[in-house]
Amino acid sequence: MTIGLGHYLTVAAILFTIGIFGIFLNRKNVIIILMSIELILLAVNINLVAFSAFLGDLVGQVYALLVLTVAAAEAAIGLSILVAYYRNRGSIAVEDINLMKG
Amino acid sequence: MYYAIVFLPLLGAVIAALIALAGARARHPGGSPDVGAQNHAHGPVEESHPRAAPSPHGAHAALDASHSEPQPLQPPAAGSRSAELVTTVFLFASMLLSWLAFVDVGFGHHDSRVELFPWIISGDLKVDWALRIDTLTAVMLVVVTTISAFVHLYSIGYMEEDPHRPRFFSYLSLFTFAMLMLVTADNLVQLFFGWEGVGLMSYLLIGFWYHKPEANAAAIKAFIVNRVGDFGFSLGIFATFLMTGAIDLDTVFAQAPALTGKSIHFLSWDVDALTLICLLLFMGAMGKSAQFLLHTWLPDAMEGPTPVSALIHAATMVTAGVFMVARLSPLFDLAPQAQSFVIFIGGTTAFFAGTIGVVQNDIKRIVAYSTCSQLGYMFVAMGTGAYSIGMFHLFTHAFFKALLFLCCGSVITAMHHEQDIRHMGGLKDKLPITYWTMVIGALALTGFPLTAGYFSKDAIIEAAYVSTNPMALYGFGTTAIATALTAIYIWRLIFMTFHGSPRDRRHYDEARESPITMLIPLGFLAAGSIFAGYPFRDLFAGHAVSEFFGDSLKFAASNHILEDMHHIPPVVALAPTLLMALGFAITWEFYIRRPELPAELARQQQPLYKFLLNKWYFDEIYDFLFVRPTLWLARALWKYGDGWTIDGLGPDGISARVLDVTRGVVRLQTGYVYHYAFAMLIGVAALITWFMFGARAG
Repeated sequence: MTIGLGHYLTVAAILFTIGIFGIFLNRKNVIIILMSIELILLAVNINLVAFSAFLGDLVGQVYALLVLTVAAAEAAIGLSILVAYYRNRGSIAVEDINLMKG
Repeated sequence: MYYAIVFLPLLGAVIAALIALAGARARHPGGSPDVGAQNHAHGPVEESHPRAAPSPHGAHAALDASHSEPQPLQPPAAGSRSAELVTTVFLFASMLLSWLAFVDVGFGHHDSRVELFPWIISGDLKVDWALRIDTLTAVMLVVVTTISAFVHLYSIGYMEEDPHRPRFFSYLSLFTFAMLMLVTADNLVQLFFGWEGVGLMSYLLIGFWYHKPEANAAAIKAFIVNRVGDFGFSLGIFATFLMTGAIDLDTVFAQAPALTGKSIHFLSWDVDALTLICLLLFMGAMGKSAQFLLHTWLPDAMEGPTPVSALIHAATMVTAGVFMVARLSPLFDLAPQAQSFVIFIGGTTAFFAGTIGVVQNDIKRIVAYSTCSQLGYMFVAMGTGAYSIGMFHLFTHAFFKALLFLCCGSVITAMHHEQDIRHMGGLKDKLPITYWTMVIGALALTGFPLTAGYFSKDAIIEAAYVSTNPMALYGFGTTAIATALTAIYIWRLIFMTFHGSPRDRRHYDEARESPITMLIPLGFLAAGSIFAGYPFRDLFAGHAVSEFFGDSLKFAASNHILEDMHHIPPVVALAPTLLMALGFAITWEFYIRRPELPAELARQQQPLYKFLLNKWYFDEIYDFLFVRPTLWLARALWKYGDGWTIDGLGPDGISARVLDVTRGVVRLQTGYVYHYAFAMLIGVAALITWFMFGARAG
């Protein structure tokens, strides 16, 4: 069995869905939300790389590198916000983060 | 000269008002003068506090205050003396000029019209400020300024202990100015201006002691009852303008004869124009002159200081209605039905106020009902067409009624603000001057021969006898009976106050004669009460009437009542005097010879006594008929009309709906990150779906 484009896309779709569900079903910890966002970005990367290889166009892989960079920056900022938040509020449980409640 | 007569009181009022404002500012530092003045006039809580505070029983102190005129603890306002002097001197100057004017106009016939400046020019309506000086006005000028000047002088003594004297004198002078504007009015609107001006000053002066709840209630009552009359008065002015297209008196009078037989079409009614106009205008007179049905405010108005009662509620303001009918004599003379109504109301008032006066116990209220009754006499004269005689009685009545009130004031000060005659007695020796002047006033009031009242009052009764008006007989009967009643109530007052043995030893021992500033006006007015009749009888009720009054009073060609009066049977001419003597004899029997009789009679005739003591239950009837329904309606409008409907559908309702909507919207904002993320995702998904499928299909 040769591994084709469809397989990659399926894996990416699965990862994406897991990421989405990770965001919504998680009631415990904000870090899990950050991790889920990483998953979603990885899924996008897999798509980009898969299409890049499939179409023989390197631009897709350049994009994947850009996305990785953004993801790294986002993870750094997200974690630092979390640390600052924990210092201020003493908790990073998702349930407790509802200051924006109307 | 006329400028000075009318505007000197205004000037005095302004100066005294400035002093009052400055004093108020000194007493309430920090506030602007205006605010200070407002506190001054409308701050009963703040002002009354120091009075009630020293007493541990607040309610008890309030009760005391309600029974007696207050004896304030505050120091007098700065400049009180200068305010008193300025207003009083100006008033005396005005008085002297008025007498000059009286001679000049009455005997020299120099009628004049002083244009001040235009007031309203709107389409056909032209109203000028102008002073109309003719004999009728001159008589009123003399009455108003003379009484006012003496009342000013008297007040200096009477108000000695009051801290708010500048305000008081300012009000008095301003009242005099308004009254002078009223009597010099050249058109109905200016008359109305003066009319409302005196009404306002009456309100302010009745409520002068504003920390007394009764005084405030009485002031409001006077104001509201007068509004009823003024409603009719203003309608009358509108009707006059509708029918004649003018409101200045000359034009209206010139057109009046052309109005006979015309009618006003109102809704589906056709009403005789002149009768309607006269009735509406007379309604105003009824309110101002406290006639039957609209009289209830006058006795309550006695809550004001006594000089005010003498000036406003006896001598001048309440006679404004009589003056107005006299001024509009060219209209009333053409409306016999309206005249019948005037006689009916006047006669009824004369009789009914007399019956009430017989059983009252408050010294001032007795005199107040007497005023009511005497005003009824004047209206009977007006109704019969004997305008000059009504004016005659107005003229003499001003002297002796002001005198009686000022004597009451003297008694009240001597008795330390005790007003119940049941607590007085035997004061004859303590207050000899007050006693004798009051006896003179009573003689004049009852029409003792050769006093002032004798000439004017008997003339009214004779006029009622000879009048051809269908109501005249009623007027004759009621005024004749009222003569006896007059004698009864006023002698009862004097006997109970000055004769017999003292009923309240403490007050009796402390009683002392009033200061000289109060006695001088008493002396002058007593002289007026005796001498205001004889020298003037020919001018007002004799052959010189038409020459004296000139054009200011118009008698229709058929009106020869003054001539007929000289041809009446002697028994009728003597009847009032006999009735007066009878009344005196009854009172003598009841209160001097057998003092136990009155109580016995009151026991025997319990229902009648109660009926009279409660003033024919007018206050109760009005309370039931008007006050309660009005309160109920107002409450209903407030609760349901305003609160429920307008607020409910208007501002409150809208804001409540907005709140409902936002409350729903707010619930979307949970504050949880994953909810926002979810919404974003759904949004992105929807957008992409639309681009992928929807856009292509479109």
